[in-house]
Amino acid sequence: MRRFSWFNATSLTLGFAFLYIPMILLVIYSFNGGRNVAVWGGFSTKWYGELVKNEAFLDAALVTLKVGLMSSTLATILGTMAAYVLVRGGKFYGRTLFSGAIYAPLVMPEVITGLSLLLLFIAVGLDRSVTTIVLAHTTFSMCYVSVVVSSRLVSFDQSLEEAALDLGCTPFDAFKSVTLPIIAPAVISGWLLAFTLSLDDLVIASFVSGPSSTTLPIKIWSAVRLGVSPEINALSTIMIGIVTVGVLIAAFMNKRAVVQRQKDEQKAAAA
Amino acid sequence: MAQPAKNQTVFAPWLDDSQKPLIEFSNVTKRFGDFTAIDHLNLSIYEKEFFALLGPSGCGKTTLMRMLAGFETPSDGTIRLGGEDIAAVPPNKRPVNMMFQSYALFPHLSVWDNIAFGLRRSTMPKDQIGARVEEMLRLTRLEKFARRKPHQISGGQRQRVALARSLAKAPKLLLLDEPLGALDKKLRTETQFELMDIQEKTGTTFVIVTHDQEEAMTVASRVAVMDHGQLIQVATPADIYEYPNSVYVADFIGDVNLIEGTVTAVNEGTCEVSYAEGAAPIKAATPESGVLGTKVAFAIRPEKIVVGTEPDPTRANAVKGKIEDIGYLGNISTYHVRLDSGQLISAQMTNSRRLARRDFTWEDEVWLSWTDTAGLVLTR
Amino acid sequence: MNLRRFSLIGVPYLWLVLFFLAPFLIVLKISLSDYAVSIPPYTPTLDVFGGWASISDFFSKLDFDTFKFLTTDDLYWKAYLSSLQIAVVATLITLSVGFPIAYGMARAPEEWRATLMMLVILPFWTSFLIRVYSWMGILGKEGFLNGALLWLGIIDDPLTILNTNVAVYIGIVYTYLPFMILPIYATLDKLDVSLLEAAEDLGCTRTSAFWLVTAPMSRPGIIAGCFLVFIPALGEFVIPSLLGGSGTLMIGKVLWEEFSSNRDWPVASAVAIILLLILIIPIILFQKNQERQAEADQ
Repeated sequence: MRRFSWFNATSLTLGFAFLYIPMILLVIYSFNGGRNVAVWGGFSTKWYGELVKNEAFLDAALVTLKVGLMSSTLATILGTMAAYVLVRGGKFYGRTLFSGAIYAPLVMPEVITGLSLLLLFIAVGLDRSVTTIVLAHTTFSMCYVSVVVSSRLVSFDQSLEEAALDLGCTPFDAFKSVTLPIIAPAVISGWLLAFTLSLDDLVIASFVSGPSSTTLPIKIWSAVRLGVSPEINALSTIMIGIVTVGVLIAAFMNKRAVVQRQKDEQKAAAA
Repeated sequence: MAQPAKNQTVFAPWLDDSQKPLIEFSNVTKRFGDFTAIDHLNLSIYEKEFFALLGPSGCGKTTLMRMLAGFETPSDGTIRLGGEDIAAVPPNKRPVNMMFQSYALFPHLSVWDNIAFGLRRSTMPKDQIGARVEEMLRLTRLEKFARRKPHQISGGQRQRVALARSLAKAPKLLLLDEPLGALDKKLRTETQFELMDIQEKTGTTFVIVTHDQEEAMTVASRVAVMDHGQLIQVATPADIYEYPNSVYVADFIGDVNLIEGTVTAVNEGTCEVSYAEGAAPIKAATPESGVLGTKVAFAIRPEKIVVGTEPDPTRANAVKGKIEDIGYLGNISTYHVRLDSGQLISAQMTNSRRLARRDFTWEDEVWLSWTDTAGLVLTR
Repeated sequence: MNLRRFSLIGVPYLWLVLFFLAPFLIVLKISLSDYAVSIPPYTPTLDVFGGWASISDFFSKLDFDTFKFLTTDDLYWKAYLSSLQIAVVATLITLSVGFPIAYGMARAPEEWRATLMMLVILPFWTSFLIRVYSWMGILGKEGFLNGALLWLGIIDDPLTILNTNVAVYIGIVYTYLPFMILPIYATLDKLDVSLLEAAEDLGCTRTSAFWLVTAPMSRPGIIAGCFLVFIPALGEFVIPSLLGGSGTLMIGKVLWEEFSSNRDWPVASAVAIILLLILIIPIILFQKNQERQAEADQ
């Protein structure tokens, strides 16, 4: 059994300290009772109370959730279709343009994506609202979904689809009853990724949102431009907490599935 | 496959002109871009046959099978199934099922649901599906594993699930793509006999693709040897082995000694092949008329050659050589003998008695003898 | 081509054409227009219903004046250069911080790797904005860092870090570190340990085995990681706005200000077009690297 060498242990400790200390400090000081944000003034949850009373934040959170749910669902449908076209579509007119348009948003600076979408919405006379944010988020997150799903489709044994056809399925039936159940985990992670990206996005949303459709990141942004605030610390802690719990649950379930599978395979080999 | 002698009606529909073939390829060509996978191929396969397509990878055998399943369409020519052109029929409408090389078992479905998958998409009434699945489970001895998922069973069991699934719809034709390729050697031999048994029980026509010549010889009623998109020879396993029609087939199936030479004399039914300056010509049966003076290859299987300290007077051919190598395999021994004229010939003797053949050793001078009908003169 | 296949390809295709490609054409068009005090704030505007005369009139009025303007005002090319410099330096720092972590992960005991991997991915799922914000409390005049250094007696007066380029570097390294670690870890993880043993068996020392075997073999991961940091860092807007000062010039910030404060859409569009042109080269190089790696994996 290999162990940590001192060099590796040191670099890992320093590295993870760098990654986690800022967030840990943020969490700790969200429970700070004092007025000064950098000086400990006793344990208190009063900033959480303030946060709950702040309706502007609640409204923004609601808008963000709504946008996130709608855009990630749309993005998952479109992204899965796009992935299927890329991996299984064969040749069609404009294929290079299509795959370029799928990969480009992944590396495109957000300021450019935001600016160009806003100019489009203005050109066609679409008022900035929840709808425009959903359209914008769907566009860039469908590309992430399609990357996640297509990497699963590439490793997918194509003879499974052929077997379904051979046993009497129509192509659509084969997709529904064989392909989709097998790639479902990738589709779900694609959805989660799209959802997180949407919740997280500040720059694009700033361009395409109107006064009635302020999202949480925009709200946080305008607050933190004025400096560190204990209320924002509290809000950040809640968001970090949700993500941590989510990732831990996912990791735990994944680990259990892997262990179960190994057990099954050992049993099958012994049988 | 050798049929028992007492069986009066030997199964050989390809010799009977009144029989209609189940599958008929006429002048079929398949091109992928510049590459020609199948080249003007003609072939008939009959009902209840166990037909093997044999050849190295890239010879077109898989393409041929995928055209039968409907995953590829011929670029030229027609394929008929039961007399009807099937070019326009999609895979899901063909009375043909396929067992995939990777088995292609659906990982999210249990063994039971895998077998029922095709039945649920057929016209079979719902209440009969259960009985049919149970029947297939019994046939493949999988009753105990019906509720398991594919990853919970062993490789051999997976192979049987794949077979059961493709047989469940009682197809007119079953295609098997390297069905035993993923199994280890011992399991493979057992499964070969099981396959033959199931084929006989169900009476389904089987077409198997394999690169393993031993497997093709064991299971098939007829074997087609393919190379570069063409059929080189189509015949029963015994004929393929004993009467290969070309150097390619002789070399591909089993071990063979090939001696190149020229036909120098043709008598009644026999001819003489000169292969080296100063060496007596080989006497063998004439393949066809008009071979005098042509370049040919003389092919002889190692086990048809007798090794002895003296030439065997009852055999027409005898040459002298020196033993270079001995391969002791338990049941047989192989001798690599260098002839005085330079050729290296391998000869096989069965070790029917313990230590009986130990009288030959390295560097011994020996005589190799064979009859005039033991080998073949091949013109191509 | 049947209807089903047509709609399968057509729907996502149409979406991308409408919401990704069409917007670029509009940006391009506006960058060739001139600023005007009107709504929309540029001229000419296209009147499709005015017949051929108005369309050709529209095209004749498009020009490169805005791009010429960009070359005359040194704010813009300084911003491009400074963005490039910040992105390059930050990428190199991220590499030197990320490589040892990725290496440590790949050489960690088997049962630890999944956990370490999760620890790297976790920040990735956490809000980008919050992660940048968390440094404001650390780097400020009265922040944790100055507090700790004063308490330890290392410094007598608080350092000014927040609102300088140093803070921007820290912010970029911090937020993009997972993008550097993951691809490097992926290549190091695939590296067969017996290659190192073979190198040592053939007379290498530990160190020379690292430089002769590990380093060259992890090159695709290093290249991928560098591009994944460099490309977004170049157009970064949030980090320089929150952590940088008035002296921090980055093109993403300039673009934002031209658009929202000055309402100069033609200049903002022209700035975007040039930024894209600068990015095309690293993006193509990145794609080439990914394709090579995918081929090598097969």
